[in-house]
Amino acid sequence: MAITTTRSPRPAAPAAERRPRARWGARAAPYGYLAPFFALFAAFGLFPLLYTAYVSLHRVELQTSQQMDWVGFQNYTRLLEDPFFWNALRNTFTIGVLSTVPQLVMALGLAHLLNYKLRGRTFFRVAMLMPYATSVAAATLVFAQLFGRDYGLLNWALSSVGLNPVDWQADTWASQIGVSAVVTWRWTGYNALIYLAGMQAIGHELYESAAMDGASRWKQFLHVTVPGLRPTIIFTVVVSTIGATQLFGEPLLYEGNAGGGISHQYQTLGLYMYEQGWSFFHLGRAAAVAWVMFLLIVLLALANAAIAARRNRTDR
Amino acid sequence: MTTIQLQKPGRRRPGTGRRSPLQGGPLAYAVLIGATVLFVFPFYWTLVGASRTNAEMSSASPALTPGSNLFHNIGEALGQAAIGTALVNSLIVACTVTLGVVLSSTLAGFAFAKLRFRGRSLLLAVTVGTMMIPPQLGVIPLFMVIVKMDLQNKLPSVILPSLVSAFGVFFMRQFLIQALPDELIEAARVDGASSLRIFWSIVLPVARPGMAVLGMLTFMATWNDFFWPIVALSSQNPTVQVALRSLGQGYVQDQSIVMAGTLIGTLPVLVVFALLGRQIVGGIMQGAVKG
Repeated sequence: MAITTTRSPRPAAPAAERRPRARWGARAAPYGYLAPFFALFAAFGLFPLLYTAYVSLHRVELQTSQQMDWVGFQNYTRLLEDPFFWNALRNTFTIGVLSTVPQLVMALGLAHLLNYKLRGRTFFRVAMLMPYATSVAAATLVFAQLFGRDYGLLNWALSSVGLNPVDWQADTWASQIGVSAVVTWRWTGYNALIYLAGMQAIGHELYESAAMDGASRWKQFLHVTVPGLRPTIIFTVVVSTIGATQLFGEPLLYEGNAGGGISHQYQTLGLYMYEQGWSFFHLGRAAAVAWVMFLLIVLLALANAAIAARRNRTDR
Repeated sequence: MTTIQLQKPGRRRPGTGRRSPLQGGPLAYAVLIGATVLFVFPFYWTLVGASRTNAEMSSASPALTPGSNLFHNIGEALGQAAIGTALVNSLIVACTVTLGVVLSSTLAGFAFAKLRFRGRSLLLAVTVGTMMIPPQLGVIPLFMVIVKMDLQNKLPSVILPSLVSAFGVFFMRQFLIQALPDELIEAARVDGASSLRIFWSIVLPVARPGMAVLGMLTFMATWNDFFWPIVALSSQNPTVQVALRSLGQGYVQDQSIVMAGTLIGTLPVLVVFALLGRQIVGGIMQGAVKG
């Protein structure tokens, strides 16, 4: 195909290209517009993506990263034998659920409230988005302080109402809840706005007729809002799932080490990868972890799509 | 709705009477005020911590109001962890990246939105497809490239990979499809305007609101970026986020200095947010509808 086009004039050029003003310059122009983007995108975006798979099949150490020894799938098999890998996988899942589910449920409720006619609703929207403007580092450092075992505000509040203080660092569930709290705080408002945008596309008449039929606000929410919002909900579930799979900054800074707590109790896959690469200097193995994370995301996306498709079918 | 309303995201709908079923009651206000307190409290707590001494922060009954130690703590934080350098570095990185992303995205977004050429759908699919892929997947080869180019610990190592953004291209494409009528370009072509001239005097003015939103989002994201900068930079030449990490890492942590550093690192974005919060809210909601 490529050979024929270069040797002979194309038999049937599209109409637009036969017009006189479509000179070579005009036909090249689109590529000129794309060039700055694709030049950098190819070098720093696409090439590394593809090259990671190649790196993951080699032994590469951080200090001598130019030297690569072929090891086949050894990085992957070593991974599967490492109990810390399975621990990180489990933690990624539990922290993912602990952060994503409350986040999206609260966002849905808040968006519903913000959809009402309210005084100062712009103020509420901006206030809700403020956490989104903070960095992972800043948010985590403040939350780590609030969740401090001895002098944290939260434990002070617990003991002042007569409850036992919680060890938000060493205890597995408590520390995972602490890490999830940072994620939930930062992203709830953002998701609420996404839901709000979806809700505003739902016809106002639907609510009015539902109200006329005597549906309570709760019923309206269940039978008008949620079904109308289904595509948006699926979108946010996919996006937050992908985000949860990659959690890194929050567990890294919660106590400030790459191990994810003294007994790795909240080490995620993202953190495990960083530890392999930049604490233990095994770049090849880190690349293998990156690929496992990618496969996990693909699997989750497929599962989401399958669930969405099935729900659509059963509804009809 | 053919134009994108960036100015008034919270536009009231016409024709909704006073007895609308969507009228909010006292309960709605109570819940929203409660949520607002939760969203804003960590910022307040940062200020409390940053303006107290470490002894006051680590006492059995913590102080709940700001103290008088703010400027002392900020001075200390600026001395430690190179936060002064970090602020300058972050500003350079965020501004350069914002400029690069907005320009390259507008150029490419225009081509994808309004021009026909061979390979258009394939190139667009590749661009959008990579948005799904986690950044971790590319970090190791990227690190090796940076080492090879001898850019480790230097600002270009953070700037170069971020100068273009697949999301930015997609965002500007969506914006321009709606905001730029085909007839406008056709008319300019008939008048004999060159391709460059069309871009400069027709596309750019129309694209400006979209570029502004993309610019704000990019600035915030770049300022807050954490993963790649801590891989590429050392604590000697950090961005603010890298510096915050080394503040939080010390063996003996002075909480009030950590909080002061956090305050310094958060303030620039909060100022941007205070000035342009409505537009940012509008931009995110617009992106959501079309994304």
